[in-house]
Amino acid sequence: MTAPRTTADIGGMGHSMKRKEDPRFIRGQGRYVDDIVLPGMVYLDIVRSPFAHAKITSIDTEAALKIPGVLAVITGKTLEQYNLHWMPTLMSDTQMVLPTEKVMYQAQEVAAVIATDRYAAADGVEAVQVDYDPLPVVVDPFKALEPGAPVLRTDKKDKKDNHIFHWEVGDREGTDKALKGSDVVVKQDIYIPRIHVASIETCGCVADFDRAMGKLTVYMTTQAPHAIRTVFALVAGHVGLSEERIRIVSPDIGGGFGGKVPVYPGYVIAVAASVVLGKPVKWIEDRMENLQADSFARDYHISVELGAKKDGTMTGLRIKTLADHGYTDAAANPSKFPAGLFSICTGSYDVKHAFAEVDAAYTNKPPGGIAYRCSFRVTEAVHTIERITDMLAQELKMDPAQLRLKNFIPPEKFPYKSALGWEYDSGNYPAALKKAMDIVGYDALRKEQAEKRKKGELMGIGISSFTEIVGAGPSKQFDILGLKMFDSCEIRVHPTGKAIARFGTKSQGQGHETTYAQIVAEELGIPAAHVQVEEGDTDTAPYGLGTYASRSTPVAGAAGAMAARKIRDKAKKLAAHLLEVSENDLEWEPGKFFVKGAPQKAKTIQEIAFAAYTNHPQGMEAGLEAVSYYDPPNLTFPFGSYICVVDIDRGTGEVKIRRFVAVDDCGNIINPMIVDGQIHGGLTMGIAPALYEEISYDENGNVQGGSFMDYLVPTAVETPRWETDKTVTPSPHHPLGAKGVGESATVGAPPAVANAVVDALAHLGVRHIDIPITPEKVWNILSEKGAAEP
Amino acid sequence: MATHTITVTVNGTAHEANVDSRLLLVHLLRDVLRLTGTHIGCDTTHCGACTVLLDGEPVKSCTVLAVQADGSQIMTVEGLERNGTLHPVQEGFWQEHGLQCGYCTPGMMMTSYALLQRVPRPTEQEIRQAISGNLCRCTGYLNIVKAIQYAAAKQAEGGAS
Amino acid sequence: MIPAPFDYHAPATLDEAIALLERHGDAAKVLSGGQSLLPLMKLRLGFATHLVDIGRIPKLEYIEERDGFLRIGGSTRESALERSELISSKYPILHDTAVVIADPLVRNRATVGGNLAHGDPANDHPATMLALGAQVVARGRKGERVIAIEDFFQGLFTTALLPEEILTEIRIPIPPAGSGGAYLKLERKVGDFATAGAAVQLTLKKGVIEQIGIGVTNAGPTPVKAKEAERRLRGMKPDDAAIAEAAKLAAAATSPSADRRGSEAYKRAMARVLVARAVRAALSRAGGN
Repeated sequence: MTAPRTTADIGGMGHSMKRKEDPRFIRGQGRYVDDIVLPGMVYLDIVRSPFAHAKITSIDTEAALKIPGVLAVITGKTLEQYNLHWMPTLMSDTQMVLPTEKVMYQAQEVAAVIATDRYAAADGVEAVQVDYDPLPVVVDPFKALEPGAPVLRTDKKDKKDNHIFHWEVGDREGTDKALKGSDVVVKQDIYIPRIHVASIETCGCVADFDRAMGKLTVYMTTQAPHAIRTVFALVAGHVGLSEERIRIVSPDIGGGFGGKVPVYPGYVIAVAASVVLGKPVKWIEDRMENLQADSFARDYHISVELGAKKDGTMTGLRIKTLADHGYTDAAANPSKFPAGLFSICTGSYDVKHAFAEVDAAYTNKPPGGIAYRCSFRVTEAVHTIERITDMLAQELKMDPAQLRLKNFIPPEKFPYKSALGWEYDSGNYPAALKKAMDIVGYDALRKEQAEKRKKGELMGIGISSFTEIVGAGPSKQFDILGLKMFDSCEIRVHPTGKAIARFGTKSQGQGHETTYAQIVAEELGIPAAHVQVEEGDTDTAPYGLGTYASRSTPVAGAAGAMAARKIRDKAKKLAAHLLEVSENDLEWEPGKFFVKGAPQKAKTIQEIAFAAYTNHPQGMEAGLEAVSYYDPPNLTFPFGSYICVVDIDRGTGEVKIRRFVAVDDCGNIINPMIVDGQIHGGLTMGIAPALYEEISYDENGNVQGGSFMDYLVPTAVETPRWETDKTVTPSPHHPLGAKGVGESATVGAPPAVANAVVDALAHLGVRHIDIPITPEKVWNILSEKGAAEP
Repeated sequence: MATHTITVTVNGTAHEANVDSRLLLVHLLRDVLRLTGTHIGCDTTHCGACTVLLDGEPVKSCTVLAVQADGSQIMTVEGLERNGTLHPVQEGFWQEHGLQCGYCTPGMMMTSYALLQRVPRPTEQEIRQAISGNLCRCTGYLNIVKAIQYAAAKQAEGGAS
Repeated sequence: MIPAPFDYHAPATLDEAIALLERHGDAAKVLSGGQSLLPLMKLRLGFATHLVDIGRIPKLEYIEERDGFLRIGGSTRESALERSELISSKYPILHDTAVVIADPLVRNRATVGGNLAHGDPANDHPATMLALGAQVVARGRKGERVIAIEDFFQGLFTTALLPEEILTEIRIPIPPAGSGGAYLKLERKVGDFATAGAAVQLTLKKGVIEQIGIGVTNAGPTPVKAKEAERRLRGMKPDDAAIAEAAKLAAAATSPSADRRGSEAYKRAMARVLVARAVRAALSRAGGN
């Protein structure tokens, strides 16, 4: 990594400066949605269905309305009057806000109670009596697609089945041929279960419709405030909400990770209630509501085949996937990519032939699909290719590191066009893997493993060499509900040389108030400490598509650089005017323009800023500001190699992570400390689904794992001490060479863990284990193989 | 159902309130006393976002009734800073990037503060066990451990305690 | 998240508390640490309309040895047990147990008495108390009575305590020289209930197991005292075969329910593995005496 270009005082790229947002958080002065209290505010709580699929025969609100403090009960019938009982999803499907006929998943919203305080609202919810007539439940997506399965979406006039979409990419015939001609083909069914992101702050809002102003303000846990505003305007325009009189404010958000992108019914009900009552309405969900009803992630049933020559050269990859989407397609993917960026599944390897297809099915479960730090299904894609690659190594009796090194796209082949159509911008996969192997002491570990095997001790080493794909995205291919996925930055420099920079993204902990300031500092030489960064208020921030899928640095960060460069262009003119030279005579170093060959003749950016308001040349507008809407020319491709070492207790099946080495490459780094923080957090959200977390359903659609009692979020004790390092391969197309990193570790870690456990048991003939790899699963295998502690 | 008049001393200031039996301590702090630094993250006493000190011991304030705290001393995150000076725990979290979204942070810091009162130089294992009742989704815990180690070192140097 | 309405009482004496419990009968529940009761009430699964908080009654928090017994006051916090030098040095099985109950924050409120009185076979102390041959002291309308721990757990969430009785003390016979004990808990993560837990307390005399108690956690509707396993090892010089057999017998005495922690078969196997390991750990500690 090259040394920073700016001094620590300026704090441009490469400085691990302390975060500017921390002073309020460490004092408990963060302003999260539940901290907001407005005069006259009332509380909303939700009645939820105990059944996964049932007709609603009656809703009796009499007892609830008698409870002191309860003001109203809203049902589907209430909202139907305003045609708000259904709403579009971000995938152009439809979703119930409140049902009028039937419920389609356990914990679905059925009615809403409004009360003067949250305790009365809770009592009201208990008192609402709903009668249900259970209907046949469909929880198996395979069965959902069988002929004769009950059709779930009876609201869709001509729908005769539970099939949502078929999507495919690649060369089916070429791949079939390549596999047929391969020396070896390894095949595996892989199930990646449902998980839930479980940010420590649940979702919620305060909806405040001001009758006098005709204006709706919604303080809301949203990662994409502008998109929400536009959606509200389109969906509720008919009840008088016009986009210029809708303001969405994302205050401080306690974690998002994708779970705070969708529009949940609670928000819409709160808005409707506020409009009708003319009072602010607060809705804050409980943890159990959050886990049971809000957007899940994963739930992919994958069938993968990887072909190779006997020397290990990969020849073809074929994948068939069944996606369980719940009762509606509400995954917030870019519209042309219903299976997200799953087609990154050829991974880091130079696979010449590939074909992937995904079919999606409706089931009686909550909707969602991508809300857990996954970069739009990249977690699924990487888990698949990294698992099957290890299986190929096992089949060929090759070392998994050697097999990877043999098949990596070599550095000289970048930019690289993958068989499934992506142009990878840059990468150096061998360097990352070799570095990881060095740090972990790979050869010594293999020796240790051989020794331990002789004694019957179980130890495994798992590798994951992933390529990520982030920064959605170029307007040619990417939109959400038609909104192109550019992002934006508006910078205004004040007379005293300080600045304010507003962005169309929204941090939920990623440190944008610091990193974006560092970008401006890098480009303009204004100290990052003097750059105030704002996001999240749609009245003031330029339009953007929000923060998720690791897109902020690649897209909005680029917009920040471009806006700053526009300012620098004007600053140069001002400097020329002040120094009475031509622009061609000027050179730039961070923070000042100086005359070539006469460096003492210079003007600082601060002096230039002052001049912009006090001494601008005739014919030039005053002020010093710019806005950039950045349309990225391509996605970016962070990558890395992770190595996980595990020891397995033969008596209990427990998997203990002894070491976890993560070498990441996210291109040029803005703030190394913040990048490391993203990686630590991502790794923890990587081992979690690998070993602990799962949301499942019994045959009646009853959710299992719907509270923190059974949804096992790792504590500091389960979490290993992460060992991290970097390689730096800048992105050739990004103005700062940066790639983004927020989700890399969640993408790369699970297969490293899974590969390690399988590796520990490979000599017993084990080839694959589905995550989460619980002690029971391991112990069952050990028992079966006669290897459990007697 | 009866209400109770209770007195709780929070961060050194006595407050009298008339509360329902069932009012949770966390709601007394957040909704009645408007000290919103203490957060709520779950409903099954797992996450620890609501951690405060009750008579010197860190507890989950969502699983204590306000009436049980009658006559007690409570310390919340708002009580860490004294006279404009950050506590070493706060400094440590800032210095070592021990927070990202900040939501688990108040509870995490109160647990850390209490730990260092009892164990001035804890080992990494002791730290991880002490914070095992506080969930974090953002940081992966490593920088939190470092933050606490920083605070321990700072306090050993003779910083505020 | 929010309990249904109830009345709260904070009596200053045991007699007042007992009177309140009598007056309100089924509608009343004792509130001790509240770390089992309040979560249930917040989920509206506990239906008490009167909570009788015994936390203000003095002289119920202590850990002391007297007259041949270790006596633990019913309101003693788990964290006090965890931090007690006496417990760490002389009753490591109790220290083992305390440190795996829930998490450190819960332990600052949860009480030893509450852990037993709740009658939850998933709690950790019951198995340990069975292994230690403890006694429970209950105070009620008719005064005080002593209940042998073997008679204390009667069913799921049901103990021998009468509705108006309060658990005031736990008594553990002070183990003789040559004793050792251990509690091992298999949990999916910190804070979870046991997938299985095994408590073993034994006394060795000249290499022979003179006395042994074995308890298993979360392995049936009540905590399990593995009597057959105890019989197998009592009077024996323990060897691998005997320990393995005893562990099998202990597992056979359990009737775990399948849930997300594991199938019946897995849980039985884990009882077996943990009992064997706990026996070995107890032997090792006993040998060190």
